[in-house]
Amino acid sequence: MARREAIRDIMRYIEDELVVCNIGFPSRELYDIKDRNENFYMIGSMGLASSIGLGLALARPDKDVVVIDGDGSLLMNMGSLVTIFANNPKNLTWIVIDNGAYGSTGNQDTYAQTIDLCKIAKSVGFENSFKFEDIDLKEIIKSDNTSFIVYDTEPGNSKAPIIDLTPIEIKNRFMETIEK
Amino acid sequence: MNYKVIILLNRCDIMDSSEAIFDGLKDAGIDFVVSVPCVNLSKLLDMLDEDEEITHIPVTREEEGIGICAGAYLGGKKTAILMQNSGLGNSINALKSLMELYKFPLLMIMSHRGTEGENICGQVPMGKSTPRILESMDFRFFKPGNPEAAYEDIIDSWDLSQEEGKPVSILLEISYW
Repeated sequence: MARREAIRDIMRYIEDELVVCNIGFPSRELYDIKDRNENFYMIGSMGLASSIGLGLALARPDKDVVVIDGDGSLLMNMGSLVTIFANNPKNLTWIVIDNGAYGSTGNQDTYAQTIDLCKIAKSVGFENSFKFEDIDLKEIIKSDNTSFIVYDTEPGNSKAPIIDLTPIEIKNRFMETIEK
Repeated sequence: MNYKVIILLNRCDIMDSSEAIFDGLKDAGIDFVVSVPCVNLSKLLDMLDEDEEITHIPVTREEEGIGICAGAYLGGKKTAILMQNSGLGNSINALKSLMELYKFPLLMIMSHRGTEGENICGQVPMGKSTPRILESMDFRFFKPGNPEAAYEDIIDSWDLSQEEGKPVSILLEISYW
């Protein structure tokens, strides 16, 4: 299976959680599978999904935040592992879909093929560092620590269309929906 | 102590370079700050840590901080980043393809190294180019020469940033401190 099925699988567990989704095909596939106002689709700034998720989780401790990230994007912002661990917002769940490829640019290999992202997160200190297949995502979302979850898939993009919302529409409807 | 002396002491309080920035941030309503340190920002960073209303998150790299500020703004916070101007170089893409693209406001308080009085040669090339980089990014910036101006510029900058939907910078040259 490829990323699209992983996103579909993840979204089966999502109710009122806020979702921050990685740039490129991941956001296009999420938009195609389950568009909702509480999805923040990244259109630029590769690597920053987890950082956006951290800021959101810190600003809104009353909401659960789920980040859908990718292995190539994580490799671009490894410092985020340290910053998120150090701040440990318990309402943040960080899922990395690891297909070992830069999917949106033509499936070039990433170095994630040669390393174990779960082990890296554990070595930083994450107690909740698991493979997706070993957990119940809903329990993890509700747990009292930041969680780092790796979802292994094959490379490959679906035929998901370009998102036909402007970035400002994405932001405004997200903010209006979650406003206190 | 006579009246005149008290006035002078109060005025000295207001004149402090770090306190002027802190007061500006507070009065602009900033309640979420990320930072990468500079020696010139040390006192200000300590003040932020002691303030209970402001969330202060040190980050590993400025670009990461830009992402965190975007997320915090989505969650209702008023955001600022404190950094050296070297951090501008580390975060250009995020400032354009995240902040400007989605029209996120952001206050950027930059210790502008490589300016007159710099004693580390490594700071000079980026220091010289910093204003022109901001100009080419089409981002507004202010260069306050004293604490009163810094206080005013910070308040104005947050309003301007919200209006424009773009980051606005305060460049604090070595002579400012």
